[in-house]
Amino acid sequence: MSIKARATGALLAAILSTTAFHGAFAADDTIKVGILHSLSGTMAISETTLKDAMLMLIDEQNKKGGLLGKKLEAVVVDPASDWPLFAEKARELVSVNKVSAVFGCWTSVSRKSVLPVFEELNSILFYPVQYEGEESQRNVFYTGAAPNQQAIPAVDYLAENEGVERWVLAGTDYVYPRTTNKILEAYLISKGVKPEDIMINYTPFGHSDWQTIVSDIKKFGSAGKKTAVVSTINGDANVPFYKELGNQGVKAEDIPVVAFSVGEEELAGLDTTPLVGHLAAWNYFQSVENPSNAEFIKTWKAFTKNEKRVTNDPMEAHYIGFNMWLKAVEKAGTTDTDAVLDAMIGVSVPNLSGGLSTMMPNHHITKPVLIGEIQADGQFETVWETPGLVVGDEWSDFLADSKDLIADWRAPMSCGNFNVATGKCGGKGS
Amino acid sequence: MPARLIHRFLQCLLVAVCVMVTMLATDLRAADDLRTMVNALGGGSFQENQKQVEALAKTGDPKIVPALEALSEGDLYQRKSDGMVFIVKPAGSNFKLVDALTGDAAGEEAKAALEKVKVNNGLRRVIRAALGGLTLMSPDAGVRLQAAQTILRTPSADSLEGLDAALAGETDSAVKAVLEKARAASVLVSDRPVEEKKAAIATVVETGGRDSLSLLSGALSSADESLRPDIETGIQQIEDQLQLWAAGQNIWYGLSLGSVLLLAAIGLAITFGVMGIINMAHGEMVMLGAYTTFVVQEIIRNSYPDAFAWSLAIALPLAFLVTGAVGLVMERGIIRFLYGRPLETLLATWGVSLILQQAVRSIFGPTNQEVGNPSWMSGAFELGGLTVTWNRLWIIVFSLAVFAFLLFLLKKTPMGLQMRAVTQNRRMASSMGIRTPWVDALTFALGSGIAGIAGVALSQIDNVSPNLGQGYIIDSFMVVVFGGVGNLWGTLVGAFTLGILNKFLEPYAGAVLGKILVLVLIILFIQKRPRGLFALKGRAVEA
Repeated sequence: MSIKARATGALLAAILSTTAFHGAFAADDTIKVGILHSLSGTMAISETTLKDAMLMLIDEQNKKGGLLGKKLEAVVVDPASDWPLFAEKARELVSVNKVSAVFGCWTSVSRKSVLPVFEELNSILFYPVQYEGEESQRNVFYTGAAPNQQAIPAVDYLAENEGVERWVLAGTDYVYPRTTNKILEAYLISKGVKPEDIMINYTPFGHSDWQTIVSDIKKFGSAGKKTAVVSTINGDANVPFYKELGNQGVKAEDIPVVAFSVGEEELAGLDTTPLVGHLAAWNYFQSVENPSNAEFIKTWKAFTKNEKRVTNDPMEAHYIGFNMWLKAVEKAGTTDTDAVLDAMIGVSVPNLSGGLSTMMPNHHITKPVLIGEIQADGQFETVWETPGLVVGDEWSDFLADSKDLIADWRAPMSCGNFNVATGKCGGKGS
Repeated sequence: MPARLIHRFLQCLLVAVCVMVTMLATDLRAADDLRTMVNALGGGSFQENQKQVEALAKTGDPKIVPALEALSEGDLYQRKSDGMVFIVKPAGSNFKLVDALTGDAAGEEAKAALEKVKVNNGLRRVIRAALGGLTLMSPDAGVRLQAAQTILRTPSADSLEGLDAALAGETDSAVKAVLEKARAASVLVSDRPVEEKKAAIATVVETGGRDSLSLLSGALSSADESLRPDIETGIQQIEDQLQLWAAGQNIWYGLSLGSVLLLAAIGLAITFGVMGIINMAHGEMVMLGAYTTFVVQEIIRNSYPDAFAWSLAIALPLAFLVTGAVGLVMERGIIRFLYGRPLETLLATWGVSLILQQAVRSIFGPTNQEVGNPSWMSGAFELGGLTVTWNRLWIIVFSLAVFAFLLFLLKKTPMGLQMRAVTQNRRMASSMGIRTPWVDALTFALGSGIAGIAGVALSQIDNVSPNLGQGYIIDSFMVVVFGGVGNLWGTLVGAFTLGILNKFLEPYAGAVLGKILVLVLIILFIQKRPRGLFALKGRAVEA
């Protein structure tokens, strides 16, 4: 063995021992919470806010005395909007930093890239964003909306209250809009809408020239039937889309647009006067009036030291997920993954829209669905809400290959894709 | 006799007083009724309020117009203590109250003491129709025109009576024409006799446009057998017309997309085209220009709100200076050490682009910033069957102006002459006494400054976020390479060709496939003509 190799070996040993020591030290003194949100790159626009929200929640909890008599410590990493880096950073959080749970991811592709890591290292991920469903994993808790908690109630609202008969499904070209639109199309057809009354349109990420599409929508809308646009357009592309709608004079009274990815944050970069009346479907709006929400907004503005900062739905999802995790850890008396996974199911915590959200056996939660209209001040006003809470449905009933699947992570089933037709665990997604 | 006279007089007086009192009472009662109806808007559900608004419209009393307008705007509030409904204006943390019917000031109230009368799309539609009917008789021709247009867009059988009355008394020919059309549209959806409907169909077809098409298609399903052929030929006729206009519309959209491409690429035509620097930080210069606009607008909003319409004019020179300065620093600090090493330049400028992005993200935050459109850049106007939006029109004009300015600078000024001399033959230029390093620096600064100006314009149609530049960098290179490196005219023609091509492909292939097709076509084109549309000839190419 050469000197060089020996030196390297010694160095490696040193690194390993410091890490081990660090881990042991942490286990005694604090409970670590991982935050896996992009702070740079394209997704930073949405995810940075969630990192701040998590830091605030952890800070608040520490003021209340922490968890199990220990302080909570946030470990923040930056996966830089780079999907493979998400997996690497997740591995780092779990195996190097020894975090007890991770709160993170935004896009579905980033979630898919970290799934094997959480499975292999047996840790816990809380995923706070509305998504396309068709998944239920043992180590993941989905605190955002499944399609039946956002898309389907929104379509019902338009059909019943606005009398919409013709539908434009417009989305950005990636997995969430494609799956959601597939579910919606099947749902609409099952409701008796004719295929020629549905127009589906996809655009690339960051599409900025909406002239042709907006005029296509106007054309489609002039067939004598009430028309609406269901938009799964993502992120940055929304601002030019809404600007074009406003400029071409598409009024909400004539052709309303209901969006699933436009929240208070997105509207903050926009003059909303020409958009008044267009809709969004979420499980939470900043404008919801109740004491816990008022308190949350106040804390948020104080924490960010910015009076103009807005709150949004994924932040509320983290609020719910974090409180559920706290409760489950207290119930289990440990942060040990298996114990917490068992304790999580059935945990109920108050959400910010007024009500209790419960973690269901399929690792999705119950939420109210709110439909809001955009106001001139960039906020939403709730015009409709579901009478009760809606249970997240992971496997859509409207897709042929998933309608027989259910997920139940309680023993003895403990399965994320149980096929009720064949009576076996395993199928799509396994 | 006098007694009798007095008696008669008293009798007359009594009758007169009686009549007056009754009149006053009915008037008061009507006002009372209106007040109760308006107050009932507070606390009603959307469905109840729709009925309430329809009932209010039936009274035909123009006094309710301000209240309905306020409701539509979301400015109608109910006082929690006594259930009275007021129109409000924000005044600091309080609301100034205005009586909903008389328009008199009614004091101030804290926000918490008031509850908003909520409004949704359905309610807004009912209000719009109601206002159309109520303002038909307004003394102001502009208001009448608007009312007629509203009815034209939302025709209903109920408005026919009002329309007939309005038509009889209308003197303004422009308003009358719209009223005729609105009447025809309303007849079409009513249960009037077939003959009358036939005439109405002819008028609607003559009006043309999407709204008429929508109206006719809607009427087709429920129409009388004898009317069907008329409607069908009408639909065909309008569709043919629209088809013709659609081609024009595509060209317009193409020009507009082309102008955006031109703006994005024109700075790069200098730094990459003329100087040969593969400048990956070009997009970030555009982004810095957009952020300069944001900062200027922020200052104007906070300190001089009246000057908002001028914000873009003020931002233009500032953006040029800011990005020009950044470009100068970049050239002096990094790029000049890397001349002749394209790969290193590419990596270094890419690094700079990441640094600039993250710097902006740290300073301004990762979220979109709101850049407002001055009123002269909002909205659209109709030109025949074309919808022309103002912001797109101004951007086309602006991009051509920037192009002309640059062309003039390069071809007609001593500075431009020196720039061309240095890029064509550096050693010769140097021996003629031109300080080539400074010309390089200034040329790069000019290219960056032009990119900054483009950012001011693009802030009007796109997001202002740290990612703004990334969306344009690929397109910019595409335009410059396609047009021919080193040729400004090539950039112009290249940008508009790609814009129009894209917009003609998009309706058939969709936005995603359209873009791919354009890329494939460019690749094929570059195979055939490696130097682009307008290739430079001569020694400079060899160097």
